[in-house]
Amino acid sequence: MRVQESYPVDVDAIRADFPILQRKVGGDISTPGEHDDDDTPLVYLDNAATSHTPEQVVDAIVDYYHGYNSNVHRGIHHLSQEASVAYENAHDRVAEFIGASGGREEVVFTKNTTESMNLVAYAWGLNELGPGDSVVMTEMEHHASLVTWQQIAKKTGAEVRYIRVNDDGRLDMEHAKELIDDSTKMVSVVHVSNTLGTVNPVAELADMAHEVGAYAFVDGAQSVPTRPVDVEAIDADFFAFSGHKMCGPTGIGALYGKRDILEEMQPYLYGGEMIRSVTYEDSTWEDLPWKFEAGTPPIAQGVGFAAAVDYLDDIGMENVQAHEELLAAYAYDRLTEFDDIEIYGPPGDDRGGLVAFNLDSVHAHDLSSILNEQGVAIRAGDHCTQPLHDKLGAAASTRASFYIYNTREEVDALIDAIDTARELFA
Amino acid sequence: MGIGSDMYRQQIMDHYKNPRNHGRLESPTFTHTGENPSCGDTITMDVQLADDGETIERVAFSGDGCAISQASASMLTQRLPGTTLSELEAMDTDDITEMLGVDISPMRIKCAVLARQVAQDGAKIHDGEIEIEQTKTEDGDD
Repeated sequence: MRVQESYPVDVDAIRADFPILQRKVGGDISTPGEHDDDDTPLVYLDNAATSHTPEQVVDAIVDYYHGYNSNVHRGIHHLSQEASVAYENAHDRVAEFIGASGGREEVVFTKNTTESMNLVAYAWGLNELGPGDSVVMTEMEHHASLVTWQQIAKKTGAEVRYIRVNDDGRLDMEHAKELIDDSTKMVSVVHVSNTLGTVNPVAELADMAHEVGAYAFVDGAQSVPTRPVDVEAIDADFFAFSGHKMCGPTGIGALYGKRDILEEMQPYLYGGEMIRSVTYEDSTWEDLPWKFEAGTPPIAQGVGFAAAVDYLDDIGMENVQAHEELLAAYAYDRLTEFDDIEIYGPPGDDRGGLVAFNLDSVHAHDLSSILNEQGVAIRAGDHCTQPLHDKLGAAASTRASFYIYNTREEVDALIDAIDTARELFA
Repeated sequence: MGIGSDMYRQQIMDHYKNPRNHGRLESPTFTHTGENPSCGDTITMDVQLADDGETIERVAFSGDGCAISQASASMLTQRLPGTTLSELEAMDTDDITEMLGVDISPMRIKCAVLARQVAQDGAKIHDGEIEIEQTKTEDGDD
């Protein structure tokens, strides 16, 4: 018998909030949901791709649809007013969660991190960048920022530069100093790498950006869900993240922007909801953040997003981070027991809650298929960091990523399943 | 925990570990290469036709990638000799899963059919029907 080891969070209580964690898998996948032919317990280690959704968040969405579903900012009627207040307050709640003192005026709801990135790239980049300007990123950028700035640079004649990633998975900050110069207008960096698990010194990079008069954009898709984040302490000009990776629903994310910068920016999408007045000849824009939220917004998702933030705050983000780090260190230790496993990124005691690796003899896609047969859900592929994988010399890797409901026993199940693959391919 | 597997049955693992007709042909009638960009699977198929210019005589493959893509290529090199180019071009995904003898999960189908696609595209280029440098399966990885 193992002695029950303690965790920074109450894992048993948290797991009870997530019914999906009780389901079995392995049967026919053509109709969704658990069926009789599903016979393998689920071990879900793909949280960097998407987290699960607790009852509290699902309930908030159900309450919206059952109780006050209505379009926002249009009707004078009661339901519309309730929906409008809830949707607006959700902006304030999310702003508070990331330390944005400007409240709703500094938080635009988008579809996801990628759309937040594109919003700035189109609304600001397309208008402000030109030949002779540079955008500085890192070699570990997710495609969400890498592809976006790369393509905006092509359209505007600007140059993209990538801060080198050292062999230990950390940024070469000397190289960053060389790259960020007077030509730099934007420094767009990932906070926690979704592939290496590296936690980047984003406050330092923001300082370097500001010294040359550039903006700092932080991709917080993997950081906001997993640790306390204060956008004002980082001094980020823009900060992007997604709801679905932090117990919220899909279809909603956020763009934080400093108020004076957002006010200067032109809209990215035009249409209803974002206008103040319209004539056949011209239009004027609504106040922040609504001028960036054209069309009927994701109202239910916004309400769910705020409920997700409430849920995480109840647990405490310091505790979430401690749990992530505990599981990352444990997984790192267990994976390093084996000589035939190569782990990417910094050591186990200095990383976010994910570990990407390769097993010598087995292709990442074969490994993930065999893990799947054991009920272990992990991600295999390039994790939207193809250039980084090219640099690592791996076409693909296998990534286990953890969240508040995962346990050491689930890491052990991963190790056992890897052993099965090793035997099969021996 | 046992080492039984639904997808990685003995035949697949045998062809992966001991690939048949692996290497290059000395004088192929046509040769073609393709890849799954998201997986990094690459396969080159060399095809040698009989004097009738229609019947496949010998096939060899080279490349690397996952077990499913490589085993599928290995099996195809045994399956194709004796068939005609039009029979090759008529092969569909069902023919491949039947050849492999296991259920391939939807996410892995493009691994399974890469070799067939490469051989078919090679035949079409040979027939002058299409002009492409390399076969690339659609990239479904986000």
